[in-house]
Amino acid sequence: MQHPAFEEVTFHPDHSDEVSFKKKIIKTTVILSIITLIELGLGLLIHALHLPDNLGRLLIKGVIIILSLAKVFYIVSVFMHLGDEKRNMIMTIVVPSMLFIWFMVAFMADGVSFKNLRNKYNNDYKVGGMPAKAQPSQNTAPITPGGRN
Amino acid sequence: MSTQTTTAQQVRWWSGGKSPFNLEYGKLMMWYFLISDALTFGGFLISYGTVRFSQNYWPDPNVVFNAFPGAGHANLPLAFVSVMTFILILSSVTMVFAVHAGHNHDKKGVIKWLFWTIIGGFAFLACQAWEWTHLITGEHLVLADGKLDMIGQTMSANPWGELVTDKAALANALNATPHDMLVKIVHSHNHTQSIQELAAMTDQQLKGMVNVAEMHIREKGPVGFGNFFYEITGFHGFHVFTGVMANIVMLVMTQKNVFEKRGHYLMIEKAGLYWHFVDLVWVFVFLCFYLI
Repeated sequence: MQHPAFEEVTFHPDHSDEVSFKKKIIKTTVILSIITLIELGLGLLIHALHLPDNLGRLLIKGVIIILSLAKVFYIVSVFMHLGDEKRNMIMTIVVPSMLFIWFMVAFMADGVSFKNLRNKYNNDYKVGGMPAKAQPSQNTAPITPGGRN
Repeated sequence: MSTQTTTAQQVRWWSGGKSPFNLEYGKLMMWYFLISDALTFGGFLISYGTVRFSQNYWPDPNVVFNAFPGAGHANLPLAFVSVMTFILILSSVTMVFAVHAGHNHDKKGVIKWLFWTIIGGFAFLACQAWEWTHLITGEHLVLADGKLDMIGQTMSANPWGELVTDKAALANALNATPHDMLVKIVHSHNHTQSIQELAAMTDQQLKGMVNVAEMHIREKGPVGFGNFFYEITGFHGFHVFTGVMANIVMLVMTQKNVFEKRGHYLMIEKAGLYWHFVDLVWVFVFLCFYLI
């Protein structure tokens, strides 16, 4: 089918059939809603069970993250129609996004390292994670490790 | 040119004469803009993660986000933000239908679905305005600098630190709390007396009306929590706002037959991509601030 504006593009609305298009969108909406409800349930579960910061809690959070990624997949591939594009096009979007894998791993590791260094070397940092009390000079002092954030 | 005989599998996308991505220029550039915008949001969210990982304590979202409009002090964790999430998902769906109506050159359909998308966008912004107002003005008891204080969540401080369980420290803090603050604390927990009546009482009387052991008094929380919350939800809210404005422009242009005369509704598609991206970012904001 000829593209309405550009002759070098072949236009291919994959949903030529109204009924199947509607079905696909409603199905995606239901999937997104159900995933959101499961995520909320798991978020409340962490709260209701008063889970300590242990492996079980991390596991539930991991499941929530994977469910969110599933939501992202459905939004991008169905709502934004990236799934209907040429493979070339999909790759030009997906491959640069892979940068986020390094981005997240590197910076989360950095955060953990900050925490460990502060706990080791900065006595102002008590277990609660806030600067120690009765140190009014800390607000005006130049940046000290752990003085802000 | 022997393209007549080539089949779909043999199309040479990169040898010129056709768009290698089989996509018009504007739509491709919208995708590339969205990639760069995703990197901006990613940078914000990842710096939030870095700061969060660098702290020994981080507030529990179920404690922070537990209010619902009109529900008073009822503890309803995550209820309001789920309403916001569903509003955004539904407005994304109406946008899909608007784009589809555009493909079919159905002007009435485009107008109808764009209208609902705009309503959804405004509803989301209204929810966010309520939430911010509630967080900023809703004051909670904290123990800070050896005194009791009442603060809301701002860029510089928030009341979401750890629960204070040391009874002696709480008793000392109550003793060190000034008169005006005592009046405020008693008034916030007991609405039977007016501010004037309470202000006329002595410190001793007021302290007798405060039971620090039952008040869930916290320390101040990590400053980064409020900072990143307002920065990132604010930046997302700004995106929603610009998206709504773009949709309104599309609605007016459709109404004025601009697309009808042009022969295609491709602009609706580009606005739609942006609008879905706003929904996409919310998935991550929702995940990072409210769920985990």
